[in-house]
Amino acid sequence: MDEFLRILTQSLAELIAPTTAAYAIAAIGLNLHFGYTGLLNMGQAGFMLLGAYGFGIATIAGAPFFLAVLVALVAGLLFALVLGIPTLQLRGDYLAIVTISAAEIIRWIGRSTWLQEWTGGASGLQGRNYKGTFQDLSPLPDGRTAIGPLEYINTGSDSWWTRLFAWGVVALALLFVFLITRSPWGRVLKGIREDEDAVRALGKNVYSYKLQSLALGGMLGALGGVLYVLPITIAPDAMGRTMTFFVWTVLLLGGAATVFGPVLGAMIFFGAYMFMRTGMRALSENTGVGEIISTTNVEQIGGMLVGITLMLLVIFRPQGILGNKKELAFNVR
Amino acid sequence: MSADMSEGTSAGQPADAGPQPESVVDAAAAAAVAPTSAVATEARDDLAQVEPVVGAPKPDAILVADDVVRRFGGMTAVDVTHLEVQRGAITALIGPNGAGKTTFFNLLTGFDTPQSGRWSFEGNSLAGKSGARVAQAGMVRTFQLTKALSRLTVLQNMLLAARNNPGERFWLSWLPFTWRAQERAATEKAMELLARFKLDAKADDFAGSLSGGQRKLLEMARALMTDPTMIMLDEPMAGVNPALVQSLLGHVQALRDEGMTVLFVEHDMHAVRHISDWVVVMAEGRIVAEGPPASVMQDQAVVDAYLGAHHDTDLGDDSLLDPEILARLEAEEEKR
Ligand SMILES: Nc1ncnc2c1ncn2[C@@H]1O[C@H](COP(=O)(O)OP(=O)(O)OP(=O)(O)O)[C@@H](O)[C@H]1O
Ligand SMILES: [Mg+2]
Repeated sequence: MDEFLRILTQSLAELIAPTTAAYAIAAIGLNLHFGYTGLLNMGQAGFMLLGAYGFGIATIAGAPFFLAVLVALVAGLLFALVLGIPTLQLRGDYLAIVTISAAEIIRWIGRSTWLQEWTGGASGLQGRNYKGTFQDLSPLPDGRTAIGPLEYINTGSDSWWTRLFAWGVVALALLFVFLITRSPWGRVLKGIREDEDAVRALGKNVYSYKLQSLALGGMLGALGGVLYVLPITIAPDAMGRTMTFFVWTVLLLGGAATVFGPVLGAMIFFGAYMFMRTGMRALSENTGVGEIISTTNVEQIGGMLVGITLMLLVIFRPQGILGNKKELAFNVR
Repeated sequence: MSADMSEGTSAGQPADAGPQPESVVDAAAAAAVAPTSAVATEARDDLAQVEPVVGAPKPDAILVADDVVRRFGGMTAVDVTHLEVQRGAITALIGPNGAGKTTFFNLLTGFDTPQSGRWSFEGNSLAGKSGARVAQAGMVRTFQLTKALSRLTVLQNMLLAARNNPGERFWLSWLPFTWRAQERAATEKAMELLARFKLDAKADDFAGSLSGGQRKLLEMARALMTDPTMIMLDEPMAGVNPALVQSLLGHVQALRDEGMTVLFVEHDMHAVRHISDWVVVMAEGRIVAEGPPASVMQDQAVVDAYLGAHHDTDLGDDSLLDPEILARLEAEEEKR
């Protein structure tokens, strides 16, 4: 029973973890791309990694916190422009191919020895080198606080301050996306998602709107990257294809083209993911299950189950949890 | 509403489906036979002076195309030497399947690029301009394969077409007070247009839930929402029930009477004969004839283009609706 409570608490903690918030922001960005504009960005992790590098490197170079965040945003913006300007005039699939390879290129450059002086190579940047400015901003008193079963230090890496800040950013991003997507501007994006030629025939500059969407979503991705590395380190290999794949799962689980979908999706995804892994580990340690699933295999099986979940979602509930089933009835063109 | 529509269809097509649709069309034509506005009357008078030959210059041409050539591999889909379209008139573009009408539309509206050619709209060259720029210039088109924006409501489809909405600019989008007034005015206008096309009851439904004919109507209404100078309709009547075709023809004439220029592609010869002021005939990419509807349909080149043989049949002739006669014509053609 104690064991079960511990698993439950750990899963509960995931709901408000800074990582969850980071993924939620990245998924909000991807939602702008895919959910509202119909752009297939298969490299959201590239935007996140670039944002993380931008923030980390700027901070280490002496930039104050908000300037470093701005650097991250500009990095995301430039990446979006570099990818979008040549490809957004082409049909949709090209963007998918270009983004997936560009994200990999960022990761390979990051882990190469070529820019090691800045990026720290394959081992990346240590958290203590860039977390100072952020933690100095904390208004919380020293010490620890427990709320219910959750207890963290007030200020530090894995702290209440990190959580407060990360979810504050999520709330702002939600408000922002809510406002822009219900506007006439958002309506043009949705029109482009449905049929860009029809929108073009009405005199709208489709290319410019797609570029704006890619840039905004990419900047949200970069911001997600900053949040992601605040409690940990910047490690290029932790921000690769798997990350992109998780962001997609989060978005499709919550429901594309819905405002709260990405947040709900991130919470459920990470809560369930933690529950599944800690549960399996407990079972394999304490029961006969261990003979079939050894503790060392838990991670692999977890990853596999995420993949299966994504497939089942796309097949059986493509609108996600919050999506409107009626809308999906018209997906066949 | 959808129940109403299907009833309308059955009412429009009684058991003896023969002459009925024609009389409906005739009724529409009779209802609006005389153009009312000064522009329209003038356009008609002007066209009466024009000699019905291919490439004939028009007194007040809004659209002029020269040497427009589009090849797909070895096949020449469009090869138009000279065409002028009269302002304020309804011009029909007809021709058999595969004649190049849609391709020509695509070229003129910036949705396809020709191998060569020049064309201008209201005196400004449009060659090389994007589809969006052409629409902004006031030449707005619809598509043969209807493009309803499925997961937007019918009303949103309409609002999307409104021009100069400040809320469509990103930096103003999150400040609703900067665009709310415009949005309200656009909604009012959209509802009026939807009512004209009998779609007002569907305003809050997803466009994807409309029937094929309703989508055609929505697309036309949406194009009108942009206040075009010239509207280009690719088979606007295809799939629309006869009763509605009647009112649609009335609308098209009303548009002309308000001063709009209309260029439309249509296979329904009765519709063409009754509402158009001028008819341009394409076959195998070329313009083979042009002239007033009554005379052009008796033109030998046109009859040849459609029927592939030398017949002395008028294309507007009802006998062509008779499958037996068509079969006989085809049989004769094969014997040749
Ligand atoms: N993208 C394309 N690639 C190759 N060939 C094409 C393409 N588009 C059109 N064509 C060819 O060009 C010719 C003209 O086609 P178009 O669609 O313009 O005909 P249309 O006059 O509109 O016919 P319909 O009345 O059937 O709509 C056809 O022979 C068609 O096969
Ligand atoms: Mg066509």
